[in-house]
Amino acid sequence: MKTSHVTSTAITPESIAEVGTVAPEAVALYALGLGDDALILAQRLGEWIANAPELEEDVALGNIGLDQLGHARSLLTYASSAWGKTEDDLAYFRGESDFRNRLLFERPNGDFAHTIARQLIASTYFDSLYRELSTSTDSTLAAIAAKARKEVDYHLDHSVQWLKRLAGGTEFSHKRMQRGIDTMWAWVDELYSADPLGDSLEGIAVDPRTLRADFDALVPRLIIDAGLQVPTTPQARGGGRLGQHSESLGPLLAEMQVLARAHPGASW
Amino acid sequence: MTADDLDGQHLDGQRHFDELLANEQRVEPTDWMPEGYRKTLIRQISQHAHSEIIGMQPEGNWISRAPSLKRKAILMAKVQDEAGHGLYLYSAAQTLGIDRDTMFEQLITGKARYSSIFNYTSPTWADMGSIGWLVDGAAICNQVPLCRASYGPYARAMVRICKEESFHQRQGFEILLELMRGTEQQRAMAQESVNRWFAPALMMFGPPDDDSPNSKQSMAWNIKRFSNDDLRQRFVDMLVPQAEILGITLPDPEIRWNEERGHYDFGDLDWTEFHEVLAGRGQANSIRVERRRQAHEEGAWVREAARAYADAHATETERVAS
Repeated sequence: MKTSHVTSTAITPESIAEVGTVAPEAVALYALGLGDDALILAQRLGEWIANAPELEEDVALGNIGLDQLGHARSLLTYASSAWGKTEDDLAYFRGESDFRNRLLFERPNGDFAHTIARQLIASTYFDSLYRELSTSTDSTLAAIAAKARKEVDYHLDHSVQWLKRLAGGTEFSHKRMQRGIDTMWAWVDELYSADPLGDSLEGIAVDPRTLRADFDALVPRLIIDAGLQVPTTPQARGGGRLGQHSESLGPLLAEMQVLARAHPGASW
Repeated sequence: MTADDLDGQHLDGQRHFDELLANEQRVEPTDWMPEGYRKTLIRQISQHAHSEIIGMQPEGNWISRAPSLKRKAILMAKVQDEAGHGLYLYSAAQTLGIDRDTMFEQLITGKARYSSIFNYTSPTWADMGSIGWLVDGAAICNQVPLCRASYGPYARAMVRICKEESFHQRQGFEILLELMRGTEQQRAMAQESVNRWFAPALMMFGPPDDDSPNSKQSMAWNIKRFSNDDLRQRFVDMLVPQAEILGITLPDPEIRWNEERGHYDFGDLDWTEFHEVLAGRGQANSIRVERRRQAHEEGAWVREAARAYADAHATETERVAS
């Protein structure tokens, strides 16, 4: 019997694979959705590196992307254990409709204000999610969440600072920030909608609907304090967790997977 | 104050500066220094910073397509380190009295130089291995002696940079090792990439000693510690045994051990190509600078917003305080 546990401070994709806890099917599907959220967002943030408005933001957005990628790797490694696969099998050899990310994360970067708006919504969500998930009865998920939460705290701060700067900077940046938040707002409802796995994972998974109050208490106030209008954008139809994606995911995956797929079975 | 006093101060300063160099001590920003020394350092440190920033591009090119998530994470961290190196180096140059905006302007208007190696392109994943193994390897040979450069802020920045660079070199070696242990296609990809990067990496040490006009003065100022050719030799001596471990062939039929010299001999390099790339006629000279300029211009409104916000905030703080 395995007695080793993954502890939150030391948890890495490698340590998860090494400990070898096999995720039950439903837990694996849950971890897959969360892993895809983080992976697709990481892929988007990576697009900013060497393109950011200043060097400090090349570093900051790269860092946030790298943290997201770390969360993705841990979650996908854990998910893959259920099917005898690896994180890379899941990241590189699934098609578009097998990806389970919620739709906010696949939104293109747009301009810097769009990226900040997406990150503000995402980080608020992750902050609540990982706080709750860190008490999951599944010890691997709890450990991944406890580590992630410390990192997400900084990501949220970064977005809030930029929200204030752009909203309160120049007339032009104010308009762009408003447009960024108006655009990304369309995917808030989906982000906080029920997981298709339903109530089957009570005590293990977090029901996103229970996190919505955190968002409603924080984000509209931040927007108003920054001098912007709370968006009234109609909410987009969801479906990310069911594999129903926008037109943006396909090109993202085509690029991400191209080399791995050209060399099936190769190791890197 | 009379002209004689100024001359006196100048002489005292020069004497102090000479003593620092003679005693292998560090020159600090507040010390008097000859104008030529200051200019040489500004040029060298800012070029080094620009090289880090431009060097993000050939590797950034593969972040989105890295073939495993682990490699993607390593590559993202590496490119981020390069931005960090650029930031320390710009700060070191700022201690010599030039501001970052000016240096950046020189970069994006094509006035400043950066290492020509980044005007080569990275069409294959194996290039991530070659850049780490060969380009970062050459950079380390060049940079380790700079940790003892006479100018304090530069030498201290180099200590940290060298630690990270040696990590990067090992990662590059690992990428190639993994490819060489892989499929036939992967091995071919690695060999083809090393064939392209080998000579340009050797040229990173600069022209041969008898054709390197600035080297002598830099050595007298304890900025440069070893000649271009000595460093190049050291690099080749390091590469040959590593290439054997990799099972990769270095694309130079003249490489052989010379018992008498205690070094590996190697063939002449095509310095015409070096001068061509230096003159702006490399594969990617215009692409690299244009990309930076575009990012800078597209981000101008963000920087303006941040400045306006900071100014408004400072005014508010002052009003509250008064």
